[in-house]
Order: sequence, then C-alpha cells, then structure tokens
Amino acid sequence: MAAADAQFPPPKVLTYPASAPPSLVTQGAEGRLYKTTHLLPDRPCALKYRPPKPYRHPVLDARLTKARISSEAKVLEKCWREGVPVPAVYAMDPAAGWMMMEWIDGIPVRAAINEWLGERPAELEERPVEVDDTPLVDLMKRIGTAVGALHRTGVVHGDLTTSNMMLRPRESGGQANGCNGDDGKAKALEGDVVLIDFGLATQSMSDEDRAVDLYVLERAFASTHPRAERLFGTVLGSYKDTFKKAASVLVKLEDVRMRGRKRSMLG
Amino acid sequence: MTLERLRLEHVPPPYEVYAALFRDVSNSEFLHAQLLSRNSDFEYAFVDASSVISRLHLLSAVYNALTVLVDGTLRTPNVHSEIVVSFNTNNNIADAYRRWGITPGKTKDLVVVKVVPSTTAQDSSATPTPTPTPIQTQTQTQEAIWAHLTEHIQGTPAPLTDDELSRVTDWPKVRKYYRLNGVPALERLADEGERRKQSERLAIMGMALRGL
Ligand SMILES: Nc1ncnc2c1ncn2[C@@H]1O[C@H](COP(=O)(O)OP(=O)(O)OP(=O)(O)O)[C@@H](O)[C@H]1O
Ligand SMILES: [Mg+2]
Repeated sequence: MAAADAQFPPPKVLTYPASAPPSLVTQGAEGRLYKTTHLLPDRPCALKYRPPKPYRHPVLDARLTKARISSEAKVLEKCWREGVPVPAVYAMDPAAGWMMMEWIDGIPVRAAINEWLGERPAELEERPVEVDDTPLVDLMKRIGTAVGALHRTGVVHGDLTTSNMMLRPRESGGQANGCNGDDGKAKALEGDVVLIDFGLATQSMSDEDRAVDLYVLERAFASTHPRAERLFGTVLGSYKDTFKKAASVLVKLEDVRMRGRKRSMLG
Repeated sequence: MTLERLRLEHVPPPYEVYAALFRDVSNSEFLHAQLLSRNSDFEYAFVDASSVISRLHLLSAVYNALTVLVDGTLRTPNVHSEIVVSFNTNNNIADAYRRWGITPGKTKDLVVVKVVPSTTAQDSSATPTPTPTPIQTQTQTQEAIWAHLTEHIQGTPAPLTDDELSRVTDWPKVRKYYRLNGVPALERLADEGERRKQSERLAIMGMALRGL
C-alpha cells in the first residue's frame, strides 16, 4: 500500500479514526477499492474512490468525478429497488470522489469458475454437459438470471465480465442445496450472483446495448474460461426465462457477433 | 443518565456526538419555539422519533451531516439542522423539517442529537483535520448536556435502542417518505422482520443519494 500511497493519497474520509485500518482491495486505472467500515465496526463496506487526475483541468476533473460517482450510485439504487442483486449504497461524497457500499462476501465469479475448472480432471471435459457440469450449469443459470433482471430494469452494465460479478455464499444454516458426498468442490460454485462495478453502466432499453452487454460477457468467457464457454448457451437460456424482451436482444446478439468476427478478421 | 455518546466510524476527531430518546414529550411547542427563535442554548437536532426506523438509520443521518460539515457544504445553518435534513431523500429543506423535525403539538417521542467540539481531539493519530467550527463557544460535558435536556424536555428518558425506536416508528409515514410502497425488492419478502431490515437499507440508500 505504501507504493500506491505514494502515487496518490487515500481519500480524506479514510484518514479519520476507525476501529480498523482500511485495506486496499484493488487499484485500477480509474480508482481504488478499499474494504472499510460504515458507521459501526461490524458493518463492513466497500469504498470506491476516484482520485483527482492531475493531467485534467481541476474544474473539469471534479465535475467528471462527481458525475461518475453519482451515476454509479443512481444505477445501483435503481437496480436494488427492482430486486437486481447489487450492493446497496451506504454513503457517498461525490465531490470528494468516494462512495461507500455494502460489502459483498465471497469471491469474484471469475475466480470461482477458474478454481472449479482448474481442479477437475481433464478427461471429464469430453463428457456431456448433463453428466459432469451440474454445479457450473447452475451457476451459468444464475448469471443469466441476474443479467436478465438487470436488463429488465432498463440498465446496461457496460463492462459485464466474470470479474464484475461476485459469488456470495448463502447464509449458513440454509438448506443444503443438492449437496452430496464430495461436495467440497461443488460448494465452490454455490451462492448468489451479485453484480458489481457499475462505473460504466447506463440506463438504456436498447436491444443493441443489451446485446453488446451479452457479447462482452460471452467474449469474457471465451478468453478467461475457454473450458466453460460452451455452456454460455445456458446463460442465454435463463436470461430468456427472466427477461420477456430477450428474444429481440438475442437476434441483435447475432449481428453483434457477426460484426465482432468481421472486425477480428480484419485484424 | 441515558444520554449516550455515539461512536461512529470515520468521524473527524474534533467532534463528539451525543444522543438521547425521550418518550411522551409534552412540551413540543416550547422546544419548537426555542429553535424558531434561534435560542443558542438549544443547539440540538430534535428529531421526531416516529420518523426514525432504527439506530442505524439515525447514525446514517448523523454521519452524512458530519460529512457535509467537514466538507464545508452545509445547506442549513448548522450541523444540527443538517442532521434533520440528512434524513430526507431530496433537497427540500422545509419538507425535511416538517417530516423529521419537531412538530409543535404533534411530536410525542423525540430523539435529540448534540454534536460538540471534542475535548479529547488531541488523542487522534489521524492526519490534521480542519479546525472545528465553533458549534458552541463553551465546551459542554455530557453531564451538562444531560442536565440541560432534562431540565427543558418534559418527557420520559428511554434507552436509545432499536427495540425502543421500533415501538414508535410510524411505518406508513416512513414508507411514504422513502417511497417504499410498491418496491419489487421489498414486496417479494414474506418475512416482516426481513422486510423492515431491507426497508432500512433502502432508506439509508435514499439518504445517501439525496437530491440525485
Ligand atoms: N461491494 C463490494 N464488495 C466486495 N468486494 C467488492 C465490492 N465492489 C468491488 N469489490 C472488489 O473490488 C474489485 C474492484 O471493484 P470494481 O470492479 O468496482 O472496481 P474497478 O474495476 O476498479 O472500477 P471501474 O472499472 O469502475 O474503474 C472487484 O473485482 C471486487 O473484487
Ligand atoms: Mg471491475
């Protein structure tokens, strides 16, 4: 964290006393994400901070930062009200460039899938979907449901990847959801899919925008989980079940794929 | 004494926050008049407890007001009035006073919040913070605040607990203030306790997004 601090200091709010020091979770190009607390020591939160950009005019920079934080918070609230699984917003200071939101336990879906795929014997790869991939298929369904719910509310994510989805363990004591014998590994894919990182999200009802979201997710699967890519149809299936207007989006997705292929052929 | 010192995460060290709950208050007219006349002995946030959901809800309003105070962007005369307007989801100040402030002849249960410059600010290890605005010229001790409150508030002190607060929450009103009716995320919850928890969450979210 020392090196990161040298680049730019943490937001002022994190310099005020708290029960535990904040921890830096990620440092992206655009900003940082800290784990800290909201109001009470036992109320963990994620604090997203967009620091000032020295190369931008300060007035313009302040305005852009404020607008981006505000827009992300607005989208989160809208999604939350509509029952889309996203973190709740706790507090924010858009002018200072930060927003606190609910801390989502668990790990990114990307990590969960890789862990699960990585541990499996390769020979299983050739077997039919129904036989060996039930936990993964289930997860794909939950992803499709979450994305369908998102699009139904009129929001497109803008950066829909498996890194921008968390797999939140269900509260313990709940029903053992199809657990049998060696469930240790299957458990790795259990939990609720929660969508995060709405920094590039927009309110849109356009089939084209929605199709691009799906395409981005499909490409993300192809590049980070090639062994799971063939299951992407499952995502689209549950997307369709959740979202009434999915059919025209899926037609558009064909166009978007085509353009994508042409583009890659042209290099 | 049921005046509690509230300890919040990430509050600049120059401030201390105290709060108390009074039930069955019978002199809301008098208290309201002190605010109207800007009597400097009555620099308190008087919050109608029937519009408060829980401690967390209250703490959120206090925290948001302190954030604004530290930023130097108060929209109202001081941090106490700012606490009241922090409960609102929009920037209509008159509306906020009406909904969360003290209403003469109507307010029966009252949450009182007092923010004072800290007497122990020097123990902070944090980076220098802005000099505290002189909220009151003399530093008040917890005892002095409590003595003043009990002298002037005709009501029964009660512990500021979720349990006590939940007894006085006027849910139809709160649901209206925070637009909680017909919210899909709440309607699908069968369990009443769970629905309240999520309503609190949505209220806090609405406050965080005030005016957006
Ligand atoms: N609410 C949260 N709870 C727990 N962890 C989170 C939460 N939000 C983000 N994270 C973690 O922090 C990482 C980065 O967060 P996020 O994707 O929002 O930031 P970012 O990619 O830097 O943002 P942007 O793309 O808008 O610049 C996530 O991949 C996740 O691991
Ligand atoms: Mg991200």
